Amino acid sequence: MSTAQAVGDLVSQPYKYGFVTDIETEKIAKGLSEDVVRLISSKKQEPAFLLEFRLRAYRQWLQMQEPDWATLGYPPIDYQDIIYYAAPKQQDKKASLDEVDPKLLETFDKLGIPLSEQKRLSNVAVDAVFDSVSIATTYKEKLAEHGVIFCSISEAVKEHPELIQRYLGTVVPINDNYFAALNSAVFSDGSFVFIPKGVECPMELSTYFRINSGDTGQFERTLIVAEEGASVSYLEGCTAPMFDTNQLHAAVVELVTLDDASIKYSTVQNWYAGDENGVGGIYNFVTKRGQCRGDRSKISWTQVETGSAITWKYPSCVLQGAESVGEFYSVALTNHRQQADTGTKMIHVGPRTRSTIVSKGISAGRSANSYRGLVQIGPKAVGAKNYSQCDSMLIGDQAAANTYPYIRSQQPQAAVEHEASTCRISEDQLFYLQSRGIGFEEAVSMMVSGFCRDVFNQLPMEFAAEADKLLALKLEGSVG
Amino acid sequence: MIRPDAPVLLEIKDLHARVEDKAILKGVNLTVRAGEIHAVMGRNGSGKSTLSKVLAGHPAYTVTAGAVSYRGQDLLALDPELRARIGVFLGFQYPVEIPGVSNLEFLRVATNARRAEQGGEELDTFAFEDLVRERLNVVQMDPAFLDRSVNEGFSGGEKKRNEILQMALLEPLVAILDETDSGLDIDALRIVAGGVNQLANADNATVLITHYQRLLDAITPDYVHVMAAGRILRTGGKELALELEERGYDWVDQELAAQAPVPLEVA
Repeated sequence: MSTAQAVGDLVSQPYKYGFVTDIETEKIAKGLSEDVVRLISSKKQEPAFLLEFRLRAYRQWLQMQEPDWATLGYPPIDYQDIIYYAAPKQQDKKASLDEVDPKLLETFDKLGIPLSEQKRLSNVAVDAVFDSVSIATTYKEKLAEHGVIFCSISEAVKEHPELIQRYLGTVVPINDNYFAALNSAVFSDGSFVFIPKGVECPMELSTYFRINSGDTGQFERTLIVAEEGASVSYLEGCTAPMFDTNQLHAAVVELVTLDDASIKYSTVQNWYAGDENGVGGIYNFVTKRGQCRGDRSKISWTQVETGSAITWKYPSCVLQGAESVGEFYSVALTNHRQQADTGTKMIHVGPRTRSTIVSKGISAGRSANSYRGLVQIGPKAVGAKNYSQCDSMLIGDQAAANTYPYIRSQQPQAAVEHEASTCRISEDQLFYLQSRGIGFEEAVSMMVSGFCRDVFNQLPMEFAAEADKLLALKLEGSVG
Repeated sequence: MIRPDAPVLLEIKDLHARVEDKAILKGVNLTVRAGEIHAVMGRNGSGKSTLSKVLAGHPAYTVTAGAVSYRGQDLLALDPELRARIGVFLGFQYPVEIPGVSNLEFLRVATNARRAEQGGEELDTFAFEDLVRERLNVVQMDPAFLDRSVNEGFSGGEKKRNEILQMALLEPLVAILDETDSGLDIDALRIVAGGVNQLANADNATVLITHYQRLLDAITPDYVHVMAAGRILRTGGKELALELEERGYDWVDQELAAQAPVPLEVA
């Protein structure tokens, strides 16, 4: 009964990351203008090329329209009512963790991400991002011994400007879409990972994003580069306090793999989702894209999306190198009034490229959950293959599930397979489990985790169990 | 085995129940003591299956009057999972399929829920695997079924074996088996009935709900009850089942008609 107990305990506390850390924060005034872009860049003491990058993005953004094609409904966002830079008050990034504000360390302790030397996770290096800045990165020295660079993107701009200049904005161009342009103009912090040729990263890398301020947007930027034959597994986690206003989160993630390299990118997204009436919660507009530039390289996305009031997110792979492989494994759970429009794009460019899409959407309460995916096979992608599987599970009778698969093939010798299914947790299934002594909530979570098994199996082991619990927690009170 | 001094396990008194607006049970009385095997027979629609679902706590049924006590405890006040944990078992007529949930894990969680209630310790995966392999013999079931999803793609006979396997693991004190014989061929019927016989002992009781005599050729009941129009119309020994087999259910209708007119139930 220990698992049932654990689930029960979790279920009794709806969103346990909803606290606010009381810390003095340096914020700039609300609103967005060219001056604000310049101010952010100067606060971060950036080189000229980056200010130029930001300004170009900002000017492009001004010309662009917010996209409205997704199956999402929300009131217009007032971009002048957002603070674009907030940082806990402390002098420059600390050389040692001992100098970091104990309140910040405590915050991450409370979130289950201990950073201090004694308590930190033994096999996972963590970059902790609080509002707009990275406050600490663990195991940097140990990783450096292997030539692996893992640091905040601000640090990378200072210490490895040539790498940033070579790769930033090359996978997601600044004018890719409205939110990517906004991010390119005002991005604050995020993580940078560089795995040199032939190196298999010796530990899991992880970035933990924490939104703390109520009126601040978070615009993080992550860039991961794996050179020839290199490999890395990276995980991001996210939480936010409970506010009755909405916070905008518009991130950009770019991945690059060269010949024979592989990147596995996992996300457990647990931003605050708003209350049961849809008040508050994060608006999550994220552009994630990986480019398999090299032959036989591989990029694999695994996401467990449970938070956010609005999710607009399509982690994609551009399969350029011959025989490169793209994967997308997703569980998206929506409850109450949450809305998610998520999926992927697999762009097959090179010959014999392969991609796999496994999407599991669970809709409960009065939520709406849409899968939107594109499989595109270009004229040179001879022998390309795709397999897609999109399953939806409905809980209750007021939730909605939609599937929008798009397939475009310009290559007659390609194979594209698509399977889709919809199911509902029935009263009889629940009763069957209950009549064997299994409690109601556990019965639901057994069925949901059974439904998601194919995706959970892709998560790093330490996080698979967490993901299972997280879903149980999110479904509290959604059945019946 | 009838022993007048055996403890009463289940006592149903004047039980009335409805589904949606339709009254189905209209005053069921039944006392089950340890060691006994009861057969409840009757036509489709007589209320047999409803009785089993009400005892297990199916949410679609509403009890409108009467009481059920299980070893002195008010059974109707408990959630379905609690009823199962304290030893009431329902073998389903149509066991549902639960895709994605491993049969082995399901059996383990269920067994541990029952054990915890009895103060036993939790069985880990290895200890449970030993137990389940031993109990598979009760129904001569292929271990390959453990690795599949609960009942998914099982044939009718395999589903029923899986039910009896669950019974063998949960060791209930009162097992209510709803049409366990339906959809079984002769061999499967023999195996399932053999399992039920093996599990019956002086401390527990079995209530078989069935249409047909053929199950009762394999499992000898101590009592046979005939249900009609939501009540138990007649109770007898095993010879009553034979009488039913011979004469059919028509005499039940005549008996019903001969009785004082039953007052119309208002739901």
